[in-house]
Amino acid sequence: MNILGISSFYHDSAACIVVDGEIISAIQEERLTRIKHDSQFPAKAIVECLKIAGLNISQIDKIVFFEKPFLKFERLLETYLAFAPLGIRSFIKSMPVWLEEKLFQKKSIKAELTQLGFTSDQLQELYFSDHHLSHAASAFYPSPFEESLVLTIDGVGEWSTTSVYVGKGHKLELKKKIHFPHSLGLIYSAFTAYCGFRVNSGEYKLMGLAPYGRPLYADLIKEHLIDIKEDGSFKLNMDYFNYCTGLTMTNRKFDKLFGGHFRFPEQEIAQVHMDLAASIQVVIEEVILKICKDLKETFSIENLCLAGGVALNCVANGKIKKSQMFKNIWIQPAAGDSGGALGAALAYYYHDQEKARIVSSEEDRMKGSYLGSHYTDNEIESELKRHHLSFEKADDEKLFDLATDMLIEGKSIGWFQGRMEFGPRALGNRSIIADARNPEMQKKLNLQIKFRESFRPFAPSILEEKCSEFFSNVEKSPYMLLVDHFKEKYIIADMGELQNAKGMELLNIPKTAFPAVTHVDFSARIQTVSKMTNPIYHKLIEVFYKKTNCPMLVNTSFNVRGEPIVSSPHDAINCFLGTELDVLILNNYIVHKKSVSASQLINYKNKFNLD
Amino acid sequence: METLLEFWVFLKKRKKYWLFPLFLSLIFLGLIITLSKGSAVAPFIYTIF
Repeated sequence: MNILGISSFYHDSAACIVVDGEIISAIQEERLTRIKHDSQFPAKAIVECLKIAGLNISQIDKIVFFEKPFLKFERLLETYLAFAPLGIRSFIKSMPVWLEEKLFQKKSIKAELTQLGFTSDQLQELYFSDHHLSHAASAFYPSPFEESLVLTIDGVGEWSTTSVYVGKGHKLELKKKIHFPHSLGLIYSAFTAYCGFRVNSGEYKLMGLAPYGRPLYADLIKEHLIDIKEDGSFKLNMDYFNYCTGLTMTNRKFDKLFGGHFRFPEQEIAQVHMDLAASIQVVIEEVILKICKDLKETFSIENLCLAGGVALNCVANGKIKKSQMFKNIWIQPAAGDSGGALGAALAYYYHDQEKARIVSSEEDRMKGSYLGSHYTDNEIESELKRHHLSFEKADDEKLFDLATDMLIEGKSIGWFQGRMEFGPRALGNRSIIADARNPEMQKKLNLQIKFRESFRPFAPSILEEKCSEFFSNVEKSPYMLLVDHFKEKYIIADMGELQNAKGMELLNIPKTAFPAVTHVDFSARIQTVSKMTNPIYHKLIEVFYKKTNCPMLVNTSFNVRGEPIVSSPHDAINCFLGTELDVLILNNYIVHKKSVSASQLINYKNKFNLD
Repeated sequence: METLLEFWVFLKKRKKYWLFPLFLSLIFLGLIITLSKGSAVAPFIYTIF
């Protein structure tokens, strides 16, 4: 059975193809339209997914959408009613959107699919999954577990904001849920907006900012904003939030509670914003750990799967891992709405059609999340020639040798190999890589290459077999979704100096022998690289390790601030020519920046809207 | 019209008949707003609506 899964119309549209329960291809629309978090119908992604799967449109047996638009509309109506007459401004703004687009989603989806060439017979039985079921399915079905608890936490789906399922074999059973407006995702987004970052993309920055601050406001948050029960269930005090009735996340009362420190985008980040970030991070960790503890006690199941936007909070995930409440944890790499496309397709196949599921306790079924497009040498060579770039082609052995030598020299490399990753993280196929030991690298990558805020940390890609030498709690984190602290023996910081430093001063104090990937609290967002899922990337790090005794590299997504991760060689070349990247490696082709003439360089800094 | 019917079936299934008059009046009000405003502007908040 060939299933097309679709998520769209809110943020991070995506499409995927699942054939007889196997995930064949999955792509986010933003990668192809080059619009970050693109929410349009994923027409380009559908075409590309079909191409990768080698299927034509007539071979698709079922089309599945990731949520139920009417249920969402029901929530909208009931929310307006509950808060009436407040909310009239929001109603005036949102109703035209609903009437013009969202209420008629089924019709729009059918029209878009018809344009692509799907027949009316194929569109007859369009299937609408449930938002949180899609998330849960995306986490459970590809996981290496026969039985697992599944926790999904996000901003909001139709009604649910937090759900608990038990997955067993091919079935997912809903056990608990928390409804809108009480939402961990939305309270985190409220603080994201209050600290001057963009909702839906800045949450990651808030998480990165948290270690610079102290959780001074955690008690205030728990006293006024959120009522947390022992089982982890919670209620928000809506007196402080505006998202049900207004056009902002928070209101004046919220601002007054925190001393009137609302930050406008791009304004200087003050210590208070770092403290607020640290405080909300501590609070959501407390809630998540309480939920997990209660689930473990209630169900006595040793495996946990996570999905939903909040599951991208790798610091909180790291805390669950550290708590050792569960023997195994598996997190869907595309935990946000893009992964909903995948979950919807899998939910239809396994949950609805009750098809048998094959589970391997050794490996998950996500194929390393390398589910996107790939390019042949011919395609790459013609693109390089089209850009009039001088290049050399090296065989594998020479490529690894040259690339690692350049990394050791302090060069940054745009590394483009094989199939593109699905989900928000670059995992070594569309990555910028560099030497983690270089003390100047974080600043260089942030300011000269990524054009982003200097406080933001970078992640290490480490050989899977070496991970436990450096970190205490994490042995395997293939999707960069767990944070752990470097073991004490690697810490070189002067503790006195560190204790006296505040805020951004922390950035300049060397902390470990791997400064480019060590955050100010000695933590790192780990990606373990296995020989099985990414042999090329593994080999590169292995050669680097042999030369340097360091089994890790800096890995950051191949893009600049506001730009979707590069998808094609064309995108990669543009990003290379528009930034201070030193080297570009596409498959086995090497391009040096020094061989590029000034007239070939492009102005890239202001090309994308800031996120 | 097809969407209206489908929404009615949905409300029947959910046993939320009381939402239908509200739905119709909102559609009516929304239409007036839509016609008077001309364009649909997404709210600058989390896309919960």
